[in-house]
Amino acid sequence: MKYPGNLLYTKDHEWLKIEGDEAYVGITEFAQGELGDIVYIEVNTVGETLNKEEAFGTIEAVKTVSDLFMPVSGEVLEFNSEIEASPDVVNKDPYGKGWIVKIKLTDLSQTKELLTADKYSELLG
Amino acid sequence: MKATIFKDKHESLGGKMVEFAGFYMPVQFEGINVEHETVRKAIGLFDVSHMGEFWVEGIKAFELCQKVSTNNVAALTDGKVQYSCFPNDKGGIVDDFLLYRFNEQKYLMVVNAANIEKDWAWVSKQNESIGAKITNASDDTSQLAVQGPLALKAMQKLTKESILDMEYYTFKVITFAGIENVLFSITGYTGAGGCEIYFPHNVGNKIFDAVMEAGKEFGIKPIGLAARDTLRLEMGFCLYGNDINDTTSPIEAKLGWITKFVEGNDFINRPALEKQKNEGVSKTLVGFEMIDKGIPRQHYPILDSKSNIIGEVTSGTMSPSLKVGIGMGYVKPEFSKIDTEIFIDIRGKALKAKVVKLPFYKG
Repeated sequence: MKYPGNLLYTKDHEWLKIEGDEAYVGITEFAQGELGDIVYIEVNTVGETLNKEEAFGTIEAVKTVSDLFMPVSGEVLEFNSEIEASPDVVNKDPYGKGWIVKIKLTDLSQTKELLTADKYSELLG
Repeated sequence: MKATIFKDKHESLGGKMVEFAGFYMPVQFEGINVEHETVRKAIGLFDVSHMGEFWVEGIKAFELCQKVSTNNVAALTDGKVQYSCFPNDKGGIVDDFLLYRFNEQKYLMVVNAANIEKDWAWVSKQNESIGAKITNASDDTSQLAVQGPLALKAMQKLTKESILDMEYYTFKVITFAGIENVLFSITGYTGAGGCEIYFPHNVGNKIFDAVMEAGKEFGIKPIGLAARDTLRLEMGFCLYGNDINDTTSPIEAKLGWITKFVEGNDFINRPALEKQKNEGVSKTLVGFEMIDKGIPRQHYPILDSKSNIIGEVTSGTMSPSLKVGIGMGYVKPEFSKIDTEIFIDIRGKALKAKVVKLPFYKG
């Protein structure tokens, strides 16, 4: 499985791609594999400012549902409309077209608590 | 944890393995949607060796079967199969099962893996006063289900017996893939057509390989338990432990069609169940489809339009064929009419659904 070095990761198997004080957030290759075929993603928090680890949405596979958590505190700017219509894009391209939300970070220092690709790979063992 | 003889096959075919009903089983191979569609359109191969098999034999065989089964065993003839359930004595269901009649002195019960020990204890106890010869062959029997519209066409290549014209819920003992005495049954848990094949462990790998080879030109794929569940739910088939259990009666579960109150069918707890049939029940199993976008899951509350709890979801999923959330659950009978609007409490939000006729998937 691949974990690109330009991304930061969380223990909840999400990734963050930082661009200035904004970031794209998605789930990792490992997470999409564990979930299986993703059929529905719901994000009703666009425009809201949420704390780190608060749920910003839910992701449903055929057999399971899990919450999506804010990897850092911030405002949810945008929900990827492509995956709303075709959630399987998250399975096929979790780091690219399968990004889930774009956020504006409110505390850039929190990124220090995130995992590098190496640390995340280690966590998976 | 037990394993079936096909454990190595599953692992080499890329199966994601989990514990299910005490067995190490594949939950998924390529992906649930692909597997589901393969069974609906072509052929899928399921390892169902975890299921239990009890033989009931001798001059008392019929008497025991009739006593423990809600369906009318007297109506079963040689070479036919009946779907039925074991009623308990408290208004619930011990298990649902298939009953095969070989002859008037030889029957086979096929029960759920999770219930093998409980069922065996139950049937043994009921047999104390009857004395039929009963044998638990669960640990000695393997089973494969070959399901899908092209399944029989592919399987016909493996036997000289004519199987294409066999009717649903019939079986034959045939020479299959060069193996004698294979139990070949036109049954299944998918609604897609096909067969279930029973045989001893030692010929398992030969049969598995022959089935995969014969199905190759038709696009056969191995199928995991996850797709087995979505396939059965699209048909509205009950899953023991979800939709039926020790506290749900066959009448409540809409299994009245396998609960035959005919003369001579004096099964366990008949008077109480007959009373339910005549006087009505306090809850009834319905199928529902989501109108609002959302996926129902087991244990989610079912609400009326005023947010009063009227029941609970027993099975739910996103239907891979219909691309909509579907589920089953018990509701108060006044909410069981087709097209009744109900609401599912999906993680705190009341989302609209409607009661629909089963099966969900009509082919």
